[in-house]
Amino acid sequence: MTFFLQLVITGFGLGMVYALIAIGFVIILKCSKAFNIAQGQFVMIGGYLGFTFLVTFNLPVWASILAAIAVAVVMGGLIERLTLRPLVGQSVLAIIMMTIALGTILEGVATLVWGGEYKAYHGALPTITLKVGEFSIPPETLIGIIVSILVVVALMALFRYAKIGLAMRATAEDEQVVQSVGIKVTSIYTISWMIACVVGVVSGIILGGVSGVMVSMSEVGMKALAVVLLGGIDSIGGAILAGIIIGVLENVAAGYLDPLLPSGGGLANVFPFIIIIIVLIFKPHGLFGLKRIERI
Amino acid sequence: MLQVNNIEVAYMSVIRVLHGVSLTVDDGKIVALIGANGGGKTTTLKSISGLLKTEEGEITSGNIIFNNHRIDKYHPESIAGLGISQVMEGRRVLEHLSVEENLNIGAYRRNDRAGIKSDLDMVFNYFPKLKDFRRRTSGYLSGGEQQMLVIGRAMMARPKLMLLDEPSLGLAPLFVHEIFKIIKKINAEQKVAILLVEQNVRAAFGIADYGYVMENGRIVLDGPADKLRDNEDVKEFYLGLSTVGSQKSFRDIKHYRRRKRWLS
Repeated sequence: MTFFLQLVITGFGLGMVYALIAIGFVIILKCSKAFNIAQGQFVMIGGYLGFTFLVTFNLPVWASILAAIAVAVVMGGLIERLTLRPLVGQSVLAIIMMTIALGTILEGVATLVWGGEYKAYHGALPTITLKVGEFSIPPETLIGIIVSILVVVALMALFRYAKIGLAMRATAEDEQVVQSVGIKVTSIYTISWMIACVVGVVSGIILGGVSGVMVSMSEVGMKALAVVLLGGIDSIGGAILAGIIIGVLENVAAGYLDPLLPSGGGLANVFPFIIIIIVLIFKPHGLFGLKRIERI
Repeated sequence: MLQVNNIEVAYMSVIRVLHGVSLTVDDGKIVALIGANGGGKTTTLKSISGLLKTEEGEITSGNIIFNNHRIDKYHPESIAGLGISQVMEGRRVLEHLSVEENLNIGAYRRNDRAGIKSDLDMVFNYFPKLKDFRRRTSGYLSGGEQQMLVIGRAMMARPKLMLLDEPSLGLAPLFVHEIFKIIKKINAEQKVAILLVEQNVRAAFGIADYGYVMENGRIVLDGPADKLRDNEDVKEFYLGLSTVGSQKSFRDIKHYRRRKRWLS
């Protein structure tokens, strides 16, 4: 039982991070109807930024996260302005191609700046361990859970109550209407990319704390894509729930089934994709997603 | 207030749809723009509101003056900021947002909370149904309610000029009558000038002060609405009447005589 709960808790922490990355996808999907393939690379950059601020500059955790967020805001703004603004009004495919290019470029930049080797900063995060009865929550997971819950709550509040959140939801529905009431759509895009960048970078810091950073870390973006599909493409609530589901299932499956496999492991990496296939077969529109409104 | 001077509009730099259109809307007046399908009415509205630029259209010559600003090169959001709200054709509600959120989007550029709140009440006053449904997802409203909602949304910006594109589209005749009554009321009470594009000529000239008839991208006839209503050609081609208001019988139609006098 303790083993099971331990797996569930760690899975939950992992799932919250997946959810964060997935939210990045969802925000871009909502505003430009395109998958941002580079979201995983944002995460990787986030991991390296975490390393830079926590280890190289030796800043405390909160300051590192704030600094990384500041860098992410600038990065998101620049990326939108330089690469995606010229594509406004172009087909969705053009935008997806651009994000693929962007992902490759970001990987190149990361290799240039931080070098290709593996970096870890386990020790840099504070070691608060929460012991509840028999099992304990590892500090990285705990920080992950706290930070991702904070970010998710902040985002939900932004979309629900803030004026700019309302404008973003409206832009997702009908750009022309939004322009006709005097909202500048391009600035909505910029903000969307900034937010996507911020959630990517924050989840990168958390993930980096758990498993260290290297360029191939960006593959986690593909895992988050499974979360997005399961959650129903354009629902933030769905992404959160789907993130937790996949995180917990992956961890539990790996914990119990990996020892039984002849190869001795690796299920955790395959599991999300098995879920993608199952979801696409039985519920092609995902679990939650906005319902298409049809009046009869 | 609004002067459109001899504009020519081309889509994708190739397809010219307006060939020199001029019209004027004075303060607090209702001006109707009527004409057959594909005549360029909607394009005229989009040139004024700037939305043309989002559809690869361009004003290639002429200009548009609104309260001493030359707006034909402005972006749609700045034109909206100057006080022009367009209600687009086909009830473009933001489907997944609630009724109240739709209305709040209309007031996006304003920062006076008290004013927005009192305007919300004003809109609910004109359209009491919207108040009952304020928390509902707007995509599930009926067609007439959606039309009310988009007009209400345009009013939330406190515009000086409202561009209404076919508010009667797809509504029951009784409902058309009601919507037009409310439009007239809004115009009289809120002192908003209205440029109305309509296929329902009888309803449009019923509330308008001045009218323009458009065909094939040109204004072919204009005048005070009551004069236009009595114009024989308008009667014949848009109101479906022949002499002295009698109902027309298809038996009497001699095709060679059905010539529009303003052509040729």
